[in-house]
Amino acid sequence: MPELTYRDALKTTLIEEMDRDPHVLLMGEDIGVYGGTFLVTEGLLARYGSKRVVDTPIAELGFIGAGIGMAMLGLHPVIEVMTWNFSLVGADQIIQNAAKVRYFSGGQVSVPMVIRGPNGTGVQLSAQHSQALEALYGHFPGLVVVSPATPADARGLLRSAIRGSDPVMFLENASLYGTRGEVPDGDYLVPFGSAAQAREGRDITVVVHGRMRAATLAAAAQLSSDGIECEVIDLRSLRPLDMDSVAESVRRTHRAVVIEEQQALFGVAAEIVTQIYERCFDSLDAPVVRVSGEDVPMPYARNLERLAQPNEVKIAQAIRRTVG
Amino acid sequence: MKKTQSRAVDTETLLDWYRKMVFVRRFEEQAERSFRRGKVGGYLHLYSGQEAVAIGFIAPLRADDILFGTYRDHVYPILRGTDPGAVMAELYGKATGVCKGKGGSMHIFDVAHGFYGGYGVVGGHVPLAVGAAYALRYDPGDRVCLCFLGDGAINTGAFHEGANMAGLWGRDGLCPVVFIVENNLYGMGTSVPRSSAETRLASRFDSYAIPNEQVDGMDPVAVYEVARRVIDDVRRTGRPHAVEALTYRYAAHGAADVRQPYREKHEIEEWRRRDPIVTVEKRLRAEGALDDAKVAEIETAADRQVEAAVAFADASPEPLAEELFTDIYAGLPVDAHRA
Repeated sequence: MPELTYRDALKTTLIEEMDRDPHVLLMGEDIGVYGGTFLVTEGLLARYGSKRVVDTPIAELGFIGAGIGMAMLGLHPVIEVMTWNFSLVGADQIIQNAAKVRYFSGGQVSVPMVIRGPNGTGVQLSAQHSQALEALYGHFPGLVVVSPATPADARGLLRSAIRGSDPVMFLENASLYGTRGEVPDGDYLVPFGSAAQAREGRDITVVVHGRMRAATLAAAAQLSSDGIECEVIDLRSLRPLDMDSVAESVRRTHRAVVIEEQQALFGVAAEIVTQIYERCFDSLDAPVVRVSGEDVPMPYARNLERLAQPNEVKIAQAIRRTVG
Repeated sequence: MKKTQSRAVDTETLLDWYRKMVFVRRFEEQAERSFRRGKVGGYLHLYSGQEAVAIGFIAPLRADDILFGTYRDHVYPILRGTDPGAVMAELYGKATGVCKGKGGSMHIFDVAHGFYGGYGVVGGHVPLAVGAAYALRYDPGDRVCLCFLGDGAINTGAFHEGANMAGLWGRDGLCPVVFIVENNLYGMGTSVPRSSAETRLASRFDSYAIPNEQVDGMDPVAVYEVARRVIDDVRRTGRPHAVEALTYRYAAHGAADVRQPYREKHEIEEWRRRDPIVTVEKRLRAEGALDDAKVAEIETAADRQVEAAVAFADASPEPLAEELFTDIYAGLPVDAHRA
């Protein structure tokens, strides 16, 4: 198994899928000549030409909508949003058309389309460029929402997304592009709605996704030296959501903490905590706790930005409190 | 705007159009009656008055061409050959509706006849049509895509972003879309002069290097002449083209509207004097192809067909409760997304 960066796992998967299926095409801002803001698509314009690697105007409402129309006619567009923040400009297309057109047409059309790009907080990008939108898109039936945290999952989930038949919101993170990990060769697919055990442990279940996986594993390593063994469940996919794996773990550990990057109100952790209570109430030995971003627009100043986000220390504190 | 000589369309074709226009007019009138009786729910937007536009643009199409429409969308698929009973059943929310009762009046679809839908967000379907047109040229082919939109859509961001990309992609012959702006003078209750700084809506396309023109949208022959030329051109070049059809809707914006404070009755009466059905009827009478008896026969046949559509819709079953959870995902189990 070769070791690849998260970026190269994405890029090689795009290449393999474009080689496999001539109806897969890429579209987005500065993905061709410029090579992509985070260089995920570098060199692909030269390899596939401008019909399959389409540089768009700065017009998310237009090119996301056009991607939906392409997908309805049988193409498989993989759209890059420069960051998920800008998907909000095209959110009407995602929510009102991509998510629903199959339903309100009575199943006559489908939208096999992927939208991918960095989600969540960067470094000092301030309020308009620092938000995690999984709770927003996770709200809507008809969408698939995934959040790969490792190079292997980036490959396996992207392949499932491109070969799938539904609109997939593929949430990457800028801080992950340079991270390395072993990536299975060949036709490696990670199915939607399948969580992974990122760490085995007996004392508490910690539920994570995306960028929070690394911070949580760091906290778990630190707690291990104090004799607290965390089981870390990486959701990987938020819609569909693999609550069976979460519940199975919580029934063994009897305690749970749920980590999310974004603010708590009406968020991902709120949903998961609720479902833990619904499924595992009798197994719990302590209240389930959330670790979330603070309830503020993201500030610019580095010290304030750090305060606004979950981190290893906050996660470790919450786990200690819950284990008691 | 060109005035057209009548030679472009032969009498037999015109008679066929007359029958179709009488039928879709009666269909819409029945839909409104069914709405008043509580058989049709939600919003109901009627096409009456604008028939010449759909007739003229759909007539030159090939069977494998595709169309995107607005929420005023019952007539396009019917003119393409969709079973009117299945459209009426959709309005009635029945399992036999074109969309199994899941879409309703604003979301008529019939992909088998190339109709890719009615959409309820003004302008939101324009980028879809542009992307669909790209897909029609991605592999070699010569199909075209019609995108009907209203005068209200012309001010939305989705329209401008979509039109710009159509202009860009058209340079490579990759966007065979015809934009048909059905300017019926009002976006709901706001007139074109009150909503558009530039009231010649066709000229909006100048900004996107898309050739454009206006046509008398009350005259099906005039529309057809323009449509045939434009569709041929778009089919040959893969480049977009736009036509602003100057037309009028007789009914309120939606059937639920009880007031129309934005226009006077006499304005509606003035436009009715240019009614496409009346115009075609006069011409056919002058040519000796219609008389009172033939008109009565055609109207009666239309009424019978509408009655049959209503009877079918009425007698059809409601969707099964299990249908609530189907058609959400194409590639996941029905219950995959449920908590």
